[in-house]
Amino acid sequence: MKILVLLSQVPDTTARIAFTDGNTKFDANGVTFIVNPYDEWYALVRALELKEAAGVGSVTTITVGGADTEATIRKGLAIGADEAVRVDAQPTEALQVAEQVAAYSKDKGFDLILAGKETIDHNGAQVGGMVAELLDLPYIPLASKLDISGTTATVERDVPGGVEVLEVALPMVLSAAKGMAEQRIPNMRGIMAARTKPLTVVPAAATDNVANTALFELPPPKGAVKMIPAEDAGKLIELLHTEAKVI
Amino acid sequence: MSTIVFIDTRGNKIPKAAQEAVTYASKLAGAPVTAITFGGGSGLESLGANGASKVIVARGVTALDSQQLTKLVTDIASKESANTIVFVHDGTGKAVAPRVAAKLKAGAVAGAIALPEGNRFKRNVFSGKAQAYLEVTSPVKVISIMANSIPISTDGGAATVEEYSGDPGPSRVTLKELRKAGEGIPLPEAEIVVSAGRGMKGPENWAPVEELAKELGAATACSRPVADMHWRPHHEHVGQTGVAIRPNCYIAIGISGAIQHLAGVNQSKVIAVINKDPEAPFFKAADYGIVGDAFEIMPKLIEAAKKLNAER
Ligand SMILES: Cc1cc2nc3c(=O)[nH]c(=O)nc-3n(C[C@H](O)[C@H](O)[C@H](O)COP(=O)(O)OP(=O)(O)OC[C@H]3O[C@@H](n4cnc5c(N)ncnc54)[C@H](O)[C@@H]3O)c2cc1C
Ligand SMILES: Nc1ncnc2c1ncn2[C@@H]1O[C@H](COP(=O)(O)O)[C@@H](O)[C@H]1O
Repeated sequence: MKILVLLSQVPDTTARIAFTDGNTKFDANGVTFIVNPYDEWYALVRALELKEAAGVGSVTTITVGGADTEATIRKGLAIGADEAVRVDAQPTEALQVAEQVAAYSKDKGFDLILAGKETIDHNGAQVGGMVAELLDLPYIPLASKLDISGTTATVERDVPGGVEVLEVALPMVLSAAKGMAEQRIPNMRGIMAARTKPLTVVPAAATDNVANTALFELPPPKGAVKMIPAEDAGKLIELLHTEAKVI
Repeated sequence: MSTIVFIDTRGNKIPKAAQEAVTYASKLAGAPVTAITFGGGSGLESLGANGASKVIVARGVTALDSQQLTKLVTDIASKESANTIVFVHDGTGKAVAPRVAAKLKAGAVAGAIALPEGNRFKRNVFSGKAQAYLEVTSPVKVISIMANSIPISTDGGAATVEEYSGDPGPSRVTLKELRKAGEGIPLPEAEIVVSAGRGMKGPENWAPVEELAKELGAATACSRPVADMHWRPHHEHVGQTGVAIRPNCYIAIGISGAIQHLAGVNQSKVIAVINKDPEAPFFKAADYGIVGDAFEIMPKLIEAAKKLNAER
């Protein structure tokens, strides 16, 4: 079982969101970066579990990003990935990232390519599906469970009103959502081992340029909260109906 | 050049999200559009009211096979010389839209929240903590819209319904089973959501949450620890790592309002917070607040909701 996991770097979930250069760039000043939670907690951990269960195989991570992503990439190695690849390109938008990943992986024979459900900064939920199309592989987004038997994957996903169980022929691409695995905290041994595991930097491939984020905007500040005394709690329902007109 | 729209109409009624997508596409085009769908859904001609002139349905495709559906959409896109393809940013749209974009080398807008200004599409980023304008520079555009982003128009006529005559190709995906998780309103579509957190103390205390939701015609949701402790099912978990929702009204009971929780609900139009701690961070993000014990306040809310229902 040869598995590729797409790891992206995102601002910490508590980071202050601000912009510079006339609201055209994210202000990274003082921001801590982490592995995108879906990539780390679900995609990577499930990949490791599948490899451990099979007793053979490898888990490779791939990140499209500058040298500043290497600390984040090491976290994936500390959790247990065997090797890491960094494609030396600044991510600009989804298709560009997907083309980089596809260019690297097209002749490597991965049985399984796992992405996260979405990045928590860009919130696209796009890259996995684009990689699948570029490699002509099946793709299931938002999977909450993944099992492999031989060359068939059984995948579960939440859909409106229930859970869908799908069977898919390998190789395939999927995006991982909550439920697929439990977060793993790297231990000291993992952190030490990560220092010597291979992190290969590959040059960027040529990509298409189809979109760019022109401007960011922060939402207008909330108005003051209207407090209702606990004794009069029922008044809330009345105000939601007559004043806010939302129920 | 034309605009087409891909929607999921499986199930026994046309989802609200599908009607929104058809409305969005026809507003974008300034004319009725062709809608593409699959599976065994009925009542497709009614999409005419929302702005479809024609509905092309691939009845033979029933599972969410993103390769077959991509073939379906790109076939019709080429037949209709489409330069804009609209999707819903839901589980189905997320399976197909990125593929179609990669195949057509199209700039793809994930989760547009409004009609564009020129080539600039507004969308949420940083889990709703900010918005961005994505400028699409490619000749073909793929746009997935968020739920509740456009009021549905209903003034069109009837649409003609056609069977897809092409070949969607072999399937590498089979639907083995669909496990129903009960009726209820699907969370992403709900206009009113009643949500509760660890302040409820235990799963046995959820009856008033469900009752209030029922009286208000609302969906129920919960914070992450509540789902992690299996007090409530995982699909109710909202926030940064759960479902992101944008209902008209979000009522949060016994939830502290951690930044990761807010990330999934801060797009709600109106937020009401009930918490016994006046310092709970959630009050800073709220429009209405009540400081008090949920177990004393819930019965009052239920009673008021019943009274409101009796009056209307
Ligand atoms: C990377 C990351 C991602 C995360 N993603 C999410 C996410 O997607 N969604 C999410 O929800 N969380 C998420 N979290 C967790 C988040 O940080 C909080 O821990 C969580 O939201 C707290 O849940 P809670 O408000 O239910 O519980 P608590 O923080 O324990 O708050 C309970 C609240 O109930 C109040 N209360 C207690 N008793 C009563 C009573 N009788 N009546 C009224 N009020 C009462 C208390 O005053 C308190 O404010 C994430 C955390 C991390 C690190
Ligand atoms: N720069 C990147 N490098 C590697 N993988 C990425 C990158 N950006 C996104 N991904 C992967 O694609 C998934 C979806 O990203 P997005 O389409 O941006 O929401 C993420 O969860 C990652 O697994």
